[in-house]
Amino acid sequence: MELNDLIHHTGEWLKGTGPFGHIVLSSRIRLARNLTLAPFTNKAGKKDMEAVLKAVETAIGSIDQFKGSVFFRLNELDNVGRQFLVERHLMSHDHAASPQGKAVIVSPEEALSVMVNEEDHLRIQVMQSGFNLDGTWEIMNAVDNALSEQLPYAFSPEWGFLTACPTNTGTAMRGSVMMHLPALVMTRQINKVLAAIAKLSFASRGFYGEGTQAIGNFYQISNQVSLGHSETDIIQNINGLIRQIIEQEEQARQALLVQNRSALEDKIWRAWGVLKSARIISSQETIELLSIVRLGVDVGIITALATTTLNELFIMIQPAHLQKIDGKKLGAAERDIRRAQLIREKFQAA
Amino acid sequence: MKCNKCTKKATVHLTEIIDGKVMEMHLCEDCARAQSQQMEQQFGLADLLAGLTDFGKHVPDVQQAVSVLKCAACGLTYEDFRKFGRFGCAQCYVAFKAQLKALLKKIHGASVHLGKRPSREISLVAVPQPSLPGDVAPPPQEDTVESLRAKLQAAIVHEDFEQAASLRDKIYGMEGRS
Repeated sequence: MELNDLIHHTGEWLKGTGPFGHIVLSSRIRLARNLTLAPFTNKAGKKDMEAVLKAVETAIGSIDQFKGSVFFRLNELDNVGRQFLVERHLMSHDHAASPQGKAVIVSPEEALSVMVNEEDHLRIQVMQSGFNLDGTWEIMNAVDNALSEQLPYAFSPEWGFLTACPTNTGTAMRGSVMMHLPALVMTRQINKVLAAIAKLSFASRGFYGEGTQAIGNFYQISNQVSLGHSETDIIQNINGLIRQIIEQEEQARQALLVQNRSALEDKIWRAWGVLKSARIISSQETIELLSIVRLGVDVGIITALATTTLNELFIMIQPAHLQKIDGKKLGAAERDIRRAQLIREKFQAA
Repeated sequence: MKCNKCTKKATVHLTEIIDGKVMEMHLCEDCARAQSQQMEQQFGLADLLAGLTDFGKHVPDVQQAVSVLKCAACGLTYEDFRKFGRFGCAQCYVAFKAQLKALLKKIHGASVHLGKRPSREISLVAVPQPSLPGDVAPPPQEDTVESLRAKLQAAIVHEDFEQAASLRDKIYGMEGRS
């Protein structure tokens, strides 16, 4: 598998098939792990980083879950290639920004990926579609066990897994759920929900990563505390919170359908109309309109389009993806034209 | 959309939640950079950690004892850890053990791991000390300046300032200071 092969298929987490797929796009678990054989990345020299890369590359060779995976050394990819992996949620912006001595491992279905020599030696990620943190953890736990058979993890019985940042110490686990909450936004209840999330010590971020605004009504909700609770307890806490938010979003959708159906239909079909007809469109506008159309599909107002197609579009319309599809560099203005064309093709095929 | 601070196009969007109220700010790249530096200065993680680790501020000599702490394996000083908010290696957890319990408790509300263990556990033993003058391991049978310093750090963490002051005086006595 090469980088370009990824363009033509969809990651498992985008399939839109999992539980509560109409509200929860995906579930993700990330574990941070360090190896005793080298200092943490911020203190690691060239040789240390190389030793970690080699140890990890060797270890994954004999682990079933990594069968068919690709080990990308970031300095062997160009800017667009690295950005492409960021856009697919396979690695962080920070990881892409300084590629020397770093790698990312991607499984064929993209359900499993590992950043090597990010802030911690290993940042293991498992993503599944829909609301399924339990299933995601089951996969992750097995992967982590297999890796720990081969690699000397930095671990203290008292403090758990030792990470570069003390905010990750302990389980070093972050569980997050990507939610699409357009009705809570439209009914102006989202601020109450976000305030409650913050009060309960959970974090909420945007779709396009850390520090991004929640465009397209997507909110990524995750735990902040990683020490003093077991992994399954943390997951149960997130699950409890997510269930409540799902319920509130369902109620808000019902309220919109019952009390304001014409206005909602109008909004949805206008969004559909623009996406189907536009000749030039920015990514921001696209994401906002796709979100409305997705709501239309979820509540049954639009039936001609599959959720998978929409989920895919959220990823495909990003700059590096457009350039990878065309196999050449495109300026911002060219991308806006190419983006509009791509959306029309997808919508016409529907 | 225009930047809230100038007339350029806003490309960075910030959401702040203060007392349950959500504030949105739309900025151009330049204003965002200025804003982020300002926020980093006010609320950066490193500063937050520095704030969290500011125990014993009212006992200046004690504070000094903590800040000269250094990880023998990677060379990171406790002062640097407070500044940057990142450990340099796994051994830092051993080197700064006395300070960490309180810090982790402040961050996570707990200081004991209850999660899984790796299949293969590698015990973290203190690395051999470098052969720098003054860094030689002390004989364990009697109190040395080093062992007293360790006790002093533990006393600070437990906020037992009476004990800390008495240990400090003992250290001064041994160092011939008054």
